Amino acid sequence: MKLHEKGLAALSAGLRAKEFSSVELTRHLLQRMEASQAQLNAFISITAEQALRSAAAADRARASGQAQLLTGLPIVHKDIFCTEGVRTTCGSRMLDNFVSPYDATVVAKLKSAGMVMLGKTNMDEFAMGSSNETSFYGPVKNPWNPHLVPGGSSGGSAAAVAARLAPAATATDTGGSIRQPAALCGVTGIKPTYGRVSRYGMIAFASSLDQGGLITASAEDAAMLLGAIAGFDPRDSTSVDRPVPDYVAGLNAPLAGLRLGIAREFFDKGLDEAGEQRVRDALRVYEKLGARIVDVSLPNLPLSVPTYYVVAPAECSSNLARFDGVRYGYRCENPRDLMDLYRRSRGEGFGAEVKRRIMTGTYVLSEGYYDAYYLQAQKVRQLIASDFEQAFAEADVIAGPTTPTPAFELGSKTADPITMYLNDIYTIGANLAGLPALSIPCGFAGGLPFGLQLVGPHFSEDRLLAAAHGYQRETDWHTRAPDGYS
Amino acid sequence: MPLTREQIERIAFLARLELNQAEIPVYQASLSSILEFAGELSRAQTRSIEPMAHPLPGLSQRLRADEVTESDHRERYQENAPRVEAGLYLVPKVIE
Repeated sequence: MKLHEKGLAALSAGLRAKEFSSVELTRHLLQRMEASQAQLNAFISITAEQALRSAAAADRARASGQAQLLTGLPIVHKDIFCTEGVRTTCGSRMLDNFVSPYDATVVAKLKSAGMVMLGKTNMDEFAMGSSNETSFYGPVKNPWNPHLVPGGSSGGSAAAVAARLAPAATATDTGGSIRQPAALCGVTGIKPTYGRVSRYGMIAFASSLDQGGLITASAEDAAMLLGAIAGFDPRDSTSVDRPVPDYVAGLNAPLAGLRLGIAREFFDKGLDEAGEQRVRDALRVYEKLGARIVDVSLPNLPLSVPTYYVVAPAECSSNLARFDGVRYGYRCENPRDLMDLYRRSRGEGFGAEVKRRIMTGTYVLSEGYYDAYYLQAQKVRQLIASDFEQAFAEADVIAGPTTPTPAFELGSKTADPITMYLNDIYTIGANLAGLPALSIPCGFAGGLPFGLQLVGPHFSEDRLLAAAHGYQRETDWHTRAPDGYS
Repeated sequence: MPLTREQIERIAFLARLELNQAEIPVYQASLSSILEFAGELSRAQTRSIEPMAHPLPGLSQRLRADEVTESDHRERYQENAPRVEAGLYLVPKVIE
């Protein structure tokens, strides 16, 4: 097996057995990353020098007997995570020149665990998009077919793992931005419970929804990393102080008796036929493993997209008010006065979709409209959360498709924002209710990877990872790599 | 009802965004369709429902003691500033 085909566990074992060094591994992957850029555009920055320095340090640590489990293993970070001394753009012209003076907690934790950062992945601008087409740095292409989108907003992270450019990537998920691109690129993506992973240094989009997580080739690899990034952080006021279980030790928990909930609302008329078949095939695999299928109902789920597109823009309009052209980021040329400086710096620094969401949010929060839009959305959000709570009385995990369709063509949904927003119809519910959820590849629809989504109660990441790992032991969809990248 | 040109200009002003003439009709159309789509929310029965205050049931935002816990990084932070002088952020003159 080639180096880039190995998962984190195998790479860790290889480093331990001195089959290869971290420097060799890093060189190999950096070369693949560079070679892929013209085709995929998965990276905004490739940090080759720093990577080789950290890899050499990891090799020295190993030689002196100080290696930990993750020492010397490569990772790429979504460019929404602040990285000290390294440009952090969030996919925006606004932050094109921003060199972060500090590390995000997630970045710092993986660094101190000995991991080697190879680069920063491309993404939709400020994580606002479902196709990676809103990036200031151009779209990412899907490695399964370069005419198709990789999904978004963590499109670079998903494409990088799918094309075996890096074994793992950090990512973030506000309405599906980890799970949807993972599904469209045929890789594993986990969005943990709200508050499970620190958001310090993770550039804010919608603060009641944002959560950091991972994209990897397998649930086993996700489990290895989630334990390293989860946990309480006093620097994040939404971080939850609760022990982190040993996710790797829990991977082989038996699935016999697992109650797998199926909600009719996840199998509506918009669902791709072949994709639905792949999901139903996956349910049969679970039945074979001893899981019991139970019917559950999420009657308010169809309202999750309109709810999200009120709540998320409202919060984004507030969060993005900090970009004012004064302290950091883009500033317009020759401002006439302070108002002109604010308005032109923001008008020129933000792209079209970001401006659309800021204005939508400004409108729904403005006098006379707040009750009808924002307050009503927060009430419907409570209804959706209560639906999940009731469903979890009957089911341990809810299973369904991650997306309505496999990857679509570049440019095919950019004209109408609502068409684009509906891509997230199955993923948004978990964000609105703060629930953990993951997507794993469950086969192909029309030759393209299709994702199975598992959603669990709050803090059930261990159960979700065990369910995903159980499926991946029975199937090999997660080992498939696109042509030209194996 | 579609948003008027004046409404878009008003929202853009509140959001401190300068729009060019070509952008205004584009946002008139797309914001109108987003708000119409969000109008579906009015169908939901929410009379006795409390609006969600935190995604995790029973939790609220954690508070901390009002103490200085961070050290001063002004010089490093100002390396990212468009214009600084003598430790101050420079902007166009505000008061004549």
